[in-house]
Amino acid sequence: MLSAQGFGGPGKMKEYHYAGAVENRFSPYAFNGGTVLAVAGEDFAIVASDTRLSEGYSIHSRDSPKCYKLTDTTVIGCSGFHGDCLTLTKIIDARLKMYKHSNNKTMTSGAIAAMLSTILYSRRFFPYYVYNIIGGLDEEGKGAVYSFDPVGSYQRDTYKAGGSASAMLQPLLDNQSDSCQNAASQIGFKNMEGVQHLPLTQEKAVQLVKDVFISAAERDVYTGDALRVCVITKDGINEQTIPLRKD
Amino acid sequence: MALFEVSGFKPYSEVRAQILPFGQTRLVDRPNHYTFNTKTQEFAVPLGEDPSGFLKSCNHDGGVCIDLNHGTTTLAFKFRHGVIVAVDSRASAGNYLASKDANKVIEINSYLLGTMSGSAADCQHWERLLAKECRLYRLRNGHRISVAAASKLLSNMMLGYRGMGLSMGSMICGWDKQGPGLYYVDDNGTRFSGHMFSTGCGNSYAYGVVDSGYREDMTVEEAYELGRRGIVHATHRDAYSGGVVNMYHMREDGWIKVCKDDVSELIHRYKEGMF
Repeated sequence: MLSAQGFGGPGKMKEYHYAGAVENRFSPYAFNGGTVLAVAGEDFAIVASDTRLSEGYSIHSRDSPKCYKLTDTTVIGCSGFHGDCLTLTKIIDARLKMYKHSNNKTMTSGAIAAMLSTILYSRRFFPYYVYNIIGGLDEEGKGAVYSFDPVGSYQRDTYKAGGSASAMLQPLLDNQSDSCQNAASQIGFKNMEGVQHLPLTQEKAVQLVKDVFISAAERDVYTGDALRVCVITKDGINEQTIPLRKD
Repeated sequence: MALFEVSGFKPYSEVRAQILPFGQTRLVDRPNHYTFNTKTQEFAVPLGEDPSGFLKSCNHDGGVCIDLNHGTTTLAFKFRHGVIVAVDSRASAGNYLASKDANKVIEINSYLLGTMSGSAADCQHWERLLAKECRLYRLRNGHRISVAAASKLLSNMMLGYRGMGLSMGSMICGWDKQGPGLYYVDDNGTRFSGHMFSTGCGNSYAYGVVDSGYREDMTVEEAYELGRRGIVHATHRDAYSGGVVNMYHMREDGWIKVCKDDVSELIHRYKEGMF
């Protein structure tokens, strides 16, 4: 005879299972990793990103760069949730075309940044989970970097890191650029007003970006595989791919 | 339901539709794929969810961590020679400092300034919209908008989205036909006129300093020093405030930018005089 106390149902040991209510949620977001970096120089801008696409413990792709070319003078780097990155870049492309057709001119970097802020804010209550950084040349031909939060707050910077390794890269850039500033201030250069530019040549800036990503790949699991660097000058956009750690 | 109709109860969404000043803002689950927000302003809302708690519930699900920029100390006070506005420049996203040189004062026109505290995106968006409305008012009516009317426009925008989780504490400062004007507006729709306000998480420290040094007949230099000290002492004690002090002086002929001083240098200077 089966004892009614020992059995709570087919195969379940009544004393050893949780009997309360369980809530299973669907999350509309996922975290796909990746790091983006942008640097503004005197007459150039650099936007760089790694190319690893991960989710949880898996790597979906080793060749998924996060820099997207918008115009001949502007590149955007998007990291966070890959689905939202794709949709956001499609919407930006559509709005750029609409502007070109209505106004017969290409949008400037500053205008793209202001427009992206309003696009992101239209999703204030159900945000795009994307950390954006725009790099490009402004109307005077000087380098410009604009960094955003997921709901559209933005400002113009000299350099900015975003994405999973941003908290590691940003202090390193602060340190490297501040020591450059200190060296420059010994020659008497003090820039209090207006936007500052890194007093680095283009070659030194590209080397700094490569070194900084190599460090990030050492210590962040979501960053690695390869580095895509886009250098924006008045002659156009030059792309290079450099291998990083694949582990 | 008979009682529902007889009692005249209106769901908040209907009341919201009557208050919204620009008539056309709608809440949908995703933006229109043909006009992309260029014709009417639309906000996407997660269906079936309470918007103010939605983001918090998504965090920690599989590594997702959406942190928005916020945190501040701002202060403003009226005195005999106009209005002093002083703000810090730190923007934090969770525990990470997203920016040490954020701009928290929006120059609406040469006679109107707006400060920003709370969520950076909310402040930037709504105050930029306020600047647009002020410009339209000037074009339609031939004279500049008053500080009272500008602050009322902003507080009505906030009332339209009350309960949806916006976070904004702002001071609208200006000089109009009534003289110097200072209004405090926040995300609940509160709107106060006064002669001194401080907002943000460091506001209590700033109040202590400014209350103890304030006199209506201060000289201009004394007022600048008081505004600086208020922000510097608040940044010293509040973790979410820091960076530089950005100070503006609103005078009868418009505002001027007074200074942009690093707080860590100033705090050493003030501590020297203490002991």
